[in-house]
Amino acid sequence: MLLLDHVGKTYANGVRALEGVTLNVDRGEILAIVGGSGCGKSTLLRAVSGLDRPSQGTITLDGEKIAEPHEKIGIIFQEPRLLPWLTVAENVGFGIAHLPKAERERRVTRVLDKVGLTDKAGVWPRELSGGQAQRVAIARALVPQPQVLLLDEPFSALDAFTRTDLQDHVLALWADLKPTLIFVTHDVDEAVVMADRILVMRPRPGRLYEDIDADLPRPRDRQSAAFDFVKRRVLAALDRSLDRAVSVDDRQDKAEQGAAMWW
Amino acid sequence: MSLVHMTLTAAPATAEAAPAIRRRPSRAWLGLVLPVGIAVIWELLVRAGWSNGRLVPPPSVIFDTLWDLAKSGELWTHTLATVSRVAAGFAVGVVAGTLFGAVAGYSNLSRRLMDPTLQALRAIPSIAWVPLFILWFGIFEQSKITLIAVGVFFPVYLGVMGAIMSVDRKIVEVGRAFRLSGPALVRRILLPAVLPTYIVSLRSGLGLGWMFVVAAELLGASEGLGFLLIDGQQLGKPAQIVAAIVAFAVIGKTTDWLIASASAPFLRWEDRFSARGEER
Ligand SMILES: Nc1ncnc2c1ncn2[C@@H]1O[C@H](COP(=O)(O)OP(=O)(O)OP(=O)(O)O)[C@@H](O)[C@H]1O
Ligand SMILES: [Mg+2]
Repeated sequence: MLLLDHVGKTYANGVRALEGVTLNVDRGEILAIVGGSGCGKSTLLRAVSGLDRPSQGTITLDGEKIAEPHEKIGIIFQEPRLLPWLTVAENVGFGIAHLPKAERERRVTRVLDKVGLTDKAGVWPRELSGGQAQRVAIARALVPQPQVLLLDEPFSALDAFTRTDLQDHVLALWADLKPTLIFVTHDVDEAVVMADRILVMRPRPGRLYEDIDADLPRPRDRQSAAFDFVKRRVLAALDRSLDRAVSVDDRQDKAEQGAAMWW
Repeated sequence: MSLVHMTLTAAPATAEAAPAIRRRPSRAWLGLVLPVGIAVIWELLVRAGWSNGRLVPPPSVIFDTLWDLAKSGELWTHTLATVSRVAAGFAVGVVAGTLFGAVAGYSNLSRRLMDPTLQALRAIPSIAWVPLFILWFGIFEQSKITLIAVGVFFPVYLGVMGAIMSVDRKIVEVGRAFRLSGPALVRRILLPAVLPTYIVSLRSGLGLGWMFVVAAELLGASEGLGFLLIDGQQLGKPAQIVAAIVAFAVIGKTTDWLIASASAPFLRWEDRFSARGEER
């Protein structure tokens, strides 16, 4: 279990990016984090990944304190960040260089197959499309079999079609080993399609605002009433988090507009 | 690592290899058109009597001179002397430049500490060191090699330092996320990332090495291609001077090509503007 206990982060320039974030994430849970720009979502994820240290509070994974990158925690960034001097297969195997060669090759082949890039194993990253590159990045993060996988707006640079495709890929990969997934997104649909639980954050200073249950049956039907209901709740919470008070009657309209407006 | 590159990329590459191979020779010829054309025209002008070719000897005379020098074995002695000076100076300069550049690029403290001094030293025209080096190291090999090493040092130092400082933070973060630090981070992330710039600085360092070997040999040597230059001037043999210049051009170009082609297999991943014609 991942525990955040009163985590705060104040940057050197005095910005209070996070304050008093306390959070429990169960093993295998899929958690989405949404919130306006600058409310500390990336800061939170980077603290959990161990790339940055929180200024206050502690983060523990199964009782172990996280103060630097940990082998059980993987991260996928907004950009693929592939190493241009390694082929796709070598990029995917980057994090498991310590394993014996045969085991490494077996795992790389397997995960490449899962993300549908077997035929690209030998090419350079420059020859990939944006969506393919992000799939390689996902494969690279998964291959060490992390217990927690963090994703910071992993699909935001992709078109809607590729995005849905990758959401399915991630869910399929998740079903395999059931790691804990924590992902940041600006896309409420994406949050509701993927997450068990959606956290809404609010800015200045960045803190948790609302914790919304999205425990719908999988695979999720975007047309269902339950889906719509959760989506409305999230949009309403987002509006409130940005101090845009909404009266009960026009919540529905606002929610529709909000989908396009709040970021 | 490179072996894996080869085997993995060999398959998709073969399909495109055929047209590339057919195109390449025609391009290489292009580079020879200008020098060969000028040589032929000059030869014809001298033969036709439009010029006596005494101060600027025609190609045939230069070849004769080179041939004579080669037959008597002099060409090899002189070439060997020059090449070994450059090799020694280049080796020393590259090692020192790489070490200092890496340390200055990696650690802010060491850069603040030593970069201003090194930049000030760089501002001194290197030839200005010659009298001092001769006093310190004598007039023989050591002072020459030192001068060459100084010439090679600065481009390598600057190149390595700049390259390390400008490695993309995001890429370094990938290494950190996979728990790399210290030597492992340097070997698996920083080194490959700086390699293209490093090769460029090695090549410019080598260029300066050739420049400084001439300076060193002009200032006093009993053998070496630079000595052939001075000897040709003092004895009024322009053909010998031009022959030495041609030798410099050939050897300089060859060594540069050696670096370029030795590094090419490691740089095939580059996403370069200039590579646009090679693909398709
Ligand atoms: N390295 C940094 N130094 C100083 N301030 C920073 C730094 N990184 C982020 N901040 C500030 O901290 C706050 C939170 O930033 P963060 O990147 O976590 O926001 P975010 O929620 O991820 O926003 P977005 O949705 O736009 O990505 C912002 O006000 C930002 O300006
Ligand atoms: Mg962010």
